Amino acid sequence: MAEYKYTAADFKSDQQVKWCPGCGDHALLNAVQRAMPEVADALDVPHERFVFVSGIGCSSRFIYYMRTFGFHTIHGRAAAIATGIKVANPDLSVWVCTGDGDSLAIGGNHFIHAVRRNVDLNIILFNNEIYGLTKGQYSPTTKLGTITKTSPYGTVEHPFNPGELAIGAKATFFARTVDAEVGLTKELLVAAAKHRGTSIVETLVNCMIFNNKTHAGFAADKATRAEHTITLRHGEKMLFGADLRRGLVLEGLQLKVVTIGEDGYTEEDVLTHDAHCEDTTLHRMLAAMKYPDFPVALGVIRDVSEPCIYDRAVAEQVEQVRSQSKIRSMDDLLMSGETWSIE
Amino acid sequence: MEQNTTLLQDVVIRFSGDSGDGMQLTGTLFSETSALGGNAISTFPDYPAEIRAPQGTVAGVSGFQVHFGSHDVHNPGDKCDVLVAMNPAAMRANRPFLKPNATVIIDADTLSPEHIAKAGFATDDPIKELGLQEYNIILARITTMTREALAESSLDAKARLKCKNMFALGITLYITGKSTAHAHEYIDAKFGRKSPDVAEANKQVVEAGYNYAANNHLTHAAYTVEPSGLERGVYRTINGNVATAWGFMAASEKSGRPLFCGSYPITPATVILEELAKHKELGVKTVQAEDEIAGICTAIGASYAGSLAVTTTSGPGLSLKSEALGLAVMAELPLVVVDVQRGGPSTGLPTKTEQSDLMQALYGRNGECPVPVIAASSPSDCFHYAFEAARIAMEHMTPVILLTDGFIANSSEAWRIPKMASLPEIHPPLAVRGDGDFMPYERDAKTLARRWAVPGNAGLEHRIGGLEKNHLTGNISYEPANHEEMVRTRAAKVAAVQEDIPTQSVMGDESGDLLVVGWGGTFGHLRSAVEQLREEGKSVSLCHLNYINPLPKGLSEIFKRFSRIVVCELNKGQAAAYLRGVFPQMDFLQYNKCQGQPFSVEELKRVFNQIMSE
Repeated sequence: MAEYKYTAADFKSDQQVKWCPGCGDHALLNAVQRAMPEVADALDVPHERFVFVSGIGCSSRFIYYMRTFGFHTIHGRAAAIATGIKVANPDLSVWVCTGDGDSLAIGGNHFIHAVRRNVDLNIILFNNEIYGLTKGQYSPTTKLGTITKTSPYGTVEHPFNPGELAIGAKATFFARTVDAEVGLTKELLVAAAKHRGTSIVETLVNCMIFNNKTHAGFAADKATRAEHTITLRHGEKMLFGADLRRGLVLEGLQLKVVTIGEDGYTEEDVLTHDAHCEDTTLHRMLAAMKYPDFPVALGVIRDVSEPCIYDRAVAEQVEQVRSQSKIRSMDDLLMSGETWSIE
Repeated sequence: MEQNTTLLQDVVIRFSGDSGDGMQLTGTLFSETSALGGNAISTFPDYPAEIRAPQGTVAGVSGFQVHFGSHDVHNPGDKCDVLVAMNPAAMRANRPFLKPNATVIIDADTLSPEHIAKAGFATDDPIKELGLQEYNIILARITTMTREALAESSLDAKARLKCKNMFALGITLYITGKSTAHAHEYIDAKFGRKSPDVAEANKQVVEAGYNYAANNHLTHAAYTVEPSGLERGVYRTINGNVATAWGFMAASEKSGRPLFCGSYPITPATVILEELAKHKELGVKTVQAEDEIAGICTAIGASYAGSLAVTTTSGPGLSLKSEALGLAVMAELPLVVVDVQRGGPSTGLPTKTEQSDLMQALYGRNGECPVPVIAASSPSDCFHYAFEAARIAMEHMTPVILLTDGFIANSSEAWRIPKMASLPEIHPPLAVRGDGDFMPYERDAKTLARRWAVPGNAGLEHRIGGLEKNHLTGNISYEPANHEEMVRTRAAKVAAVQEDIPTQSVMGDESGDLLVVGWGGTFGHLRSAVEQLREEGKSVSLCHLNYINPLPKGLSEIFKRFSRIVVCELNKGQAAAYLRGVFPQMDFLQYNKCQGQPFSVEELKRVFNQIMSE
């Protein structure tokens, strides 16, 4: 492990942060700036090798506040541009900051394909279930029936669950946090960085102005979060609640919330979280759990190792072909194959 | 029989059959044999978009035209001296391309009522119906004779029949006085290792066709041309798409920047991506993206990370890339976008050629968004202009659009192989750490290019993006005067490319009655038409444009010295409209064609003669 001795201040740019007061993005910026020194040491990545890439939307302004290489691109395309950056130079630590509209609507195609390819990107998905920068239109994660400026009588379309989408697209790493849990967010960002392949950290953020309290049912305060979220940790029992008396069990092919000591359930019956399990079934079910029937799953839901990492594989093919080819230069190539001379 | 053998200046042969008949391979093999024999060649495949359209129909006809000559051959020829027609549909489809008294080799086995009806003939005599009685018709039972030649072969009936294109090749090699040796070598290289039986069968059928021609007293070497007086050097054949790919690889070597290509398959540009994907030995990285937008976006990312980045497409793909191209303009990153133009609008004519994306290339983006536009004019000079596009992109820190078209992309010609030492070095303005904060939008005084600050270099950390930015720091700026300054600077930067490209030249006299102006892939036909008219004593010259934005110096002076100017292009007059905007005092006539086909030399001569007689 390297020791760069960076602090959060090394990752703060001189630009004034312009998000609305009370926006969940502030907490996330704080968590990222605190996580990066740890990432630098854990992965031996010096400051100049961090690149933050974003699309368009409130969350995409993020890159201006990081004192790293930063590229604020166009709507929906951050994952594709980041793919190019990472393939061109796999030694960079590439972070994508994107929102629910940016990456799941206009950029949905790039999002699923980056995930499918398993490019070694770290995607921070800011999910506030609304379009903020265009002032309050519904997004692909807005709950059915929500009244917004473009759905004055309520939406009539089902939202995506980003976890289900990502896992369906063969994600090798998916984690979830909420804006207020800065400590957990920081921990998940470091885990995401350590994961080789695409990692997605969905961050449930609150938009004070256009979709206030959309996550409040389960995330309003510490006490609510204790009762209505479950923080999954690999190898640990799926227990939640202030006194850890409730847990998740599998009944048939479905998850069920039980209370320890009631209906004959003991701690033994509660599932143990295996984030490294290749099979996606349980991970998908955990990611899909919805308030109020279930606790919302936080923590690392899926973290499996997959040897084919796109950017590395591209580079390895180049090296392999290079080591075996007789063609070393353009002159060699130009003179290869069928040629003839005119004297 | 050896009578009637005369040496010809040039000969055009068209191979034509069902799209599954292997006509592209036959044509390629014939043209390589010609080139190896020292002829100048130019070839043009003409095939349908459908991979296997209904057999025996005109819609399914696939053609390959070879023009070989003892002098410089600039185009694949308007009409053919010899047509190989593997079925009645091929006869019908190619009737317009026959020279008077042409030789037509027909697979007589296909002249059945069923085939004739499928090809849409009204009578049972296609020869008479097409008015070919006076032509030199060779009715050869190619299918039957192929079967007979392979009576001993271990291949099954279907595989045997697939060899019949080689029979046609054998006949054409005989009547053009060429040997079958190269065909044998090629077949061995292509099939020999994997399927020796297939290789053996193909070689047998080539010989059978050759012997058939000899035994049936077809005139040996009736269509012979002497080796051409091409410049000394080592040659190879190359098509426009491969030449484009190699031009980028050469630019990568000369600049020391690794080559990256992000593209989505699209006709007729796909071969560039395929070719680049082959050359990992030279460090090329390719991404077959999920869509056209991701193609350019991965390329922009790679450029940001310090690669020579390209994306390759055709017109519909360029439409999809336009927003991202604006980002590259704003971020001032080097990038080459290749548009291999095809017939449009919309899906249009995917396999046919056109020059109708010029306006899109020049203006098809939101905002004031200038981009240098370059056009290649022949299959082999795609190498040079791809190299140029990459050089300008990197040295001037700007995206560049390179226009080619379906015609030069798929055509091939003999190309004198350049030595890498003869190409210029490319010097991208890479940023190095200085004192104080790095200013991403500080510029070179002459080119106005900003510096390329590649991630991984300490002290160069900076933020850029698609929002308007302060002219030095790159920070977001909504300041009115700053925006105006940045708009002007981006335009001035592209205009400054004019200092870095050759002054415009003219082929022919520097003044005269008529100046023909063309651009891009029409060069071969325009040049032949102008040269032939000049040989007839006409006062006509050619001014062919490769640099479209900015235009080269010297154009205005050239235009003033001619009585009339005609702008010729395969669209409805896009370059003419552009030139009228740049030179409002000049009078431009125009000649346009939108048929998905190149100009013919004949039609151009007719048009130029008519203009000069008015």
